[in-house]
Amino acid sequence: MPRKEIDLPYRVDHLSILDEEGKLDSSIEPLIPDEVLLKIHRTMILARRFDERMLILQRQGRIGTFAPIKGQEAQIGAAAVLEPDDWLVPSFREMPAELWRGKKMESILLLYGGYNEGGYVPEAVNNLPVAIPVGSQTLHAAGLAYAIKYRKQRQIAMTFFGDGATSEGDFHEAMNFSAVFQVPVVFVIQNNHWAISVPRSRQTHSKTLAQKALAYDMPGLQVDGNDVLAVYAGAKEAAERARAGGGPSLIECVTYRMSMHTTADDPKKYRTEEEVEAWIKRDPITRFQKYLTAKGLLTDDTIAAVDAEVQSEIKAAEERWAQQVEKALDPLDMFAHAFAEMPPHLLAQKEELRQELAGRKKAE
Amino acid sequence: MAKMTMVQALNLALHQEMEKDDRVIVLGEDVGLDGGVFRVTDGLIHKFGAERVIDTPLAESGIAGFSIGMALYGLRPVCEMQFSGFDYFAMHQMESHAARLRWRSQGRFSVPMVLRAPCGGGVRALEHHSESREAYWAHTPGLKMVIPSSPRNARSLLISAIRDPDPVVFYEPKAVYRAFREEVPEDEETLPIGTSQIVREGKDITLISYGATLHPTIEAASELKEKHGIEAEVIDLLTISPLDDELFTASARKTGRVVVVHEAPRSFGPGAEVVARLVEKAFLYLEAPIRRVTGFDIVIPLFQREQEYLPGVYRIVQAVRETLNF
Repeated sequence: MPRKEIDLPYRVDHLSILDEEGKLDSSIEPLIPDEVLLKIHRTMILARRFDERMLILQRQGRIGTFAPIKGQEAQIGAAAVLEPDDWLVPSFREMPAELWRGKKMESILLLYGGYNEGGYVPEAVNNLPVAIPVGSQTLHAAGLAYAIKYRKQRQIAMTFFGDGATSEGDFHEAMNFSAVFQVPVVFVIQNNHWAISVPRSRQTHSKTLAQKALAYDMPGLQVDGNDVLAVYAGAKEAAERARAGGGPSLIECVTYRMSMHTTADDPKKYRTEEEVEAWIKRDPITRFQKYLTAKGLLTDDTIAAVDAEVQSEIKAAEERWAQQVEKALDPLDMFAHAFAEMPPHLLAQKEELRQELAGRKKAE
Repeated sequence: MAKMTMVQALNLALHQEMEKDDRVIVLGEDVGLDGGVFRVTDGLIHKFGAERVIDTPLAESGIAGFSIGMALYGLRPVCEMQFSGFDYFAMHQMESHAARLRWRSQGRFSVPMVLRAPCGGGVRALEHHSESREAYWAHTPGLKMVIPSSPRNARSLLISAIRDPDPVVFYEPKAVYRAFREEVPEDEETLPIGTSQIVREGKDITLISYGATLHPTIEAASELKEKHGIEAEVIDLLTISPLDDELFTASARKTGRVVVVHEAPRSFGPGAEVVARLVEKAFLYLEAPIRRVTGFDIVIPLFQREQEYLPGVYRIVQAVRETLNF
């Protein structure tokens, strides 16, 4: 009865296509049509500028707490491999991917501006709303994927979460269920190195997060998460495998949260400026712009033009937001959508509030 | 009509709904070949296959979260928690997501799932196998909480729960599972969720209960009539949330005296809500303080002492007589 090594099917690769200088490894350059490349670029800029704008609005007290995305715009590379009817299952730092998938900026402002109505998801858009309890949404992606398989559809589900989420039981249960039932789901870790103040090294003793896939006999890949081409290529491979009946995959995108966890914390308390500086040099946008410029798809002028365009788009969205706030002023709407049909006790409580509000108005 | 146990009646409901609606999926631990540890899902796998009757990995949060995903896609998952004492793992998924996704998405999504679990004591089980924690669920906005008391109403309510457009937590009193048989019509029958029933009419006092303790309550009512000439009206809540307070309020206004019976711990239990509603809606009709005959605020003891813990006929009769003599 000798002791011998067990032959396990997977290893963990790291994929990088555009280096920090924007230099391309052309042998593995993904084939992406020019218009898609430009749309990815435009959405990355839009996400960056919108994030900056939201931070200003938050500091002005016009919206509440939110989780900035600065530095994680290359996640759009993963969302870009989805078909329109695929399912996006985000956490709370996927604004770039949500914009790619058609989420309206005014609806994001409405949500973080404190109105339930901002959570509305239009018909035919298969994006789940933002999920705040860390890692919990991964199970919904697994269940959606089971339903897709049961209904013999071509769709897939893609779920995003952070490095901190890999410590949660729900993540492991979702990975396990997905592998056991071989369902079409792609798990995308945004390893941004920080779960509020706790570094990646304190979340897990594992050398990579991608290797967590091995325990479930699932392919795991680590990609440079600030290299949108690598993110795209890794996600494409996983999505194709899922669509072809090859089951789930895990992708670890190594990226960095350049800003704070949420607007309620100050990262200076727990991480160094040098670390942030080092990551600014690896900015996903500058690197992609170098690539697109070298490809002849962008110039300094067109980059400036895109910037100006997205700024006016953001301004227009803010105007629509203001109009929606006007419509959302009735506090009684807090009772909406509790159940398909409002039970008697809620009708009574709503009436109680209606009377209170009328009384308060009279008293003023 | 066949005479059935509650287990058989629940099994019939699942068979009929799965036959009728291919959106209905059963999942949980040992629900397949084993038919569930109490056999509620017996035979389903042979009829509907492993794709629709899923033996899942052993993970309650996973089962609930996976069900939520299926429901978001438009399926009607009915998931089983092996014992309610283990469903706390699933509570986070139910509270944080199942109960909220309709609200969070402002009506775009809904989670029409059922989370079934055997609840309550009385079967000489191990620790964690005898709890009654329905109040946790009933306290959660966005969830419905149902506890049947007999084979026939279990069958009808389970069908209603499966068809409900919102998530329903469905507790099955395991002490009743095989305690007695009842005529259950072959033809499908439903009962509206959120509606209680008068199971015995009376004019002297109102007894309000549900689930397993409904039965000692009915026995107590018979004894009160036979030995003391007291006519107790007995109400079966059937749904804990949303609570139907109209029927018991009307009854309390008629009798002026009320005793609430359940095996869940007393403090902050469902009985506390019933009493609060009565104080709000029938205060001037009450002739005596309302009594709660319940489990105590301790961990339910291991089985040698559980009969002393559980509300029984003696405790109910005493409370009724004291209430009448107030």
